[in-house]
Amino acid sequence: MDFDFAAIHGALPFLWKGMLYTIELTLYAAIGGLFFGTLLALARLSPWRALSLAAAGYVNLMRSIPLVLVIFWFFFLVPVILQVAMGHERPPMIGAERTAIITFIMFEAAYFCEIMRAGIQSIPRGQVHAAQALGLTYSQCMRLVVLPQAFRNMLPVLLTQTIILFQDTSLVYVISATDFVGAAAKIAQRDGRLVEMYLFVAAVYFVICFTLSALVRRLQRRIAVIR
Amino acid sequence: MIEIENVSKWYGSFRVLTDCSTRVARGEVVVVCGPSGSGKSTLIKCVNALEPFQQGQIRLDGTPVRDPGTDLPRLRAKVGMVFQHFELFPHLSITRNLTLAQEKVLGRPADEARERGLRLLERVGLSAHRDKFPGQLSGGQQQRVAIARALSMDPVAMLFDEPTSALDPEMINEVLDVMVELAHEGMTMMVVTHEMGFARKVADRVIFMDEGRIVEDAGTEEFFGSPRSERAQHFLARILHH
Repeated sequence: MDFDFAAIHGALPFLWKGMLYTIELTLYAAIGGLFFGTLLALARLSPWRALSLAAAGYVNLMRSIPLVLVIFWFFFLVPVILQVAMGHERPPMIGAERTAIITFIMFEAAYFCEIMRAGIQSIPRGQVHAAQALGLTYSQCMRLVVLPQAFRNMLPVLLTQTIILFQDTSLVYVISATDFVGAAAKIAQRDGRLVEMYLFVAAVYFVICFTLSALVRRLQRRIAVIR
Repeated sequence: MIEIENVSKWYGSFRVLTDCSTRVARGEVVVVCGPSGSGKSTLIKCVNALEPFQQGQIRLDGTPVRDPGTDLPRLRAKVGMVFQHFELFPHLSITRNLTLAQEKVLGRPADEARERGLRLLERVGLSAHRDKFPGQLSGGQQQRVAIARALSMDPVAMLFDEPTSALDPEMINEVLDVMVELAHEGMTMMVVTHEMGFARKVADRVIFMDEGRIVEDAGTEEFFGSPRSERAQHFLARILHH
């Protein structure tokens, strides 16, 4: 069997577009997931039982369902639900790319919630007491004292989760979104160059994720020294 | 200034405080002592409602602490508190530790808060450390910053919860010196401590607690000279023996 590097070279512009979407999706999901995940964590730790139960229910549901199913669910069912809810004749078109972003934010929020919850619980009670004793309100205490420390303590775990997320975004190929893997799959089918394409894609993922993991390990050591 | 009336507190079915009553007048220094587990730290944390209590009432400068209508953050801002483990905010510089609450709670402009904070930092002798982080300071230095931070809010009274218990012996005096100075300036102070030298020197009254009850509440000379209760006598004998 001959290995044709030219097949890869010719596809690079298309693959690059796929990679840009993969990066975009990862960043949206990480930032959105962290934001909603932090809110979920605060809800889970809330003394108001209904709120903490609802948040716990959501998190456990998301963490117990395969990601592929969640993606399918959003792609096929949400337009139907919207159609019924809004009384349209046809399901509204959301598009694979936008569906993927919403799905990943909602899915990742469950995982980031658990990380931030551990981070918040790692802050000693005395810090909260000190903030309260100075007259800070609950939200000021969280925003200015607890969450910045929780975020700093959890930074390596959050980044590791983001690296996993970067790999997981490849699942959007099931709804035919053109991410990095999706782009490679389309070229591979068209040109009949499956071996070249999938080897190349794997190599790129490996180099990126391995490098980032090494950086996270270095960051972790530095944080340990500061503490 | 601080009126504690029949305060009782339970953790579940375990009663940690039983009918505690006392008062701290304006400008008075009251030391609270007793064996560990006697509820003295819990009692002082009830004063600014960091710990909720189920029975009785505490009035801080006339405002009831256990009242749904009380704005707790505002009430707490009026009284400074110093903790056993300092509790400076480790992610903020020393200067920021001193200015944060002034700006966010009192609404002071940044430059005014900074000026006030640095003046207090100078007063506790730590101006050179203004740009450092808490982790770079010794325990004694951190506690002096914590006192400055509490004072930056212009409190009407100060609460100290075992301020020297977590310190190495050679650092205890630097913290006590600041507290003695504060007492001489007329600050209203409630101090949970085992430092009986400090109590003798500046306290107007000493409260002795045991098993969640205030067993003895007497003038300093009377307390050290002739404690009435047997338990206080035992406690003093043990603690003053060395």
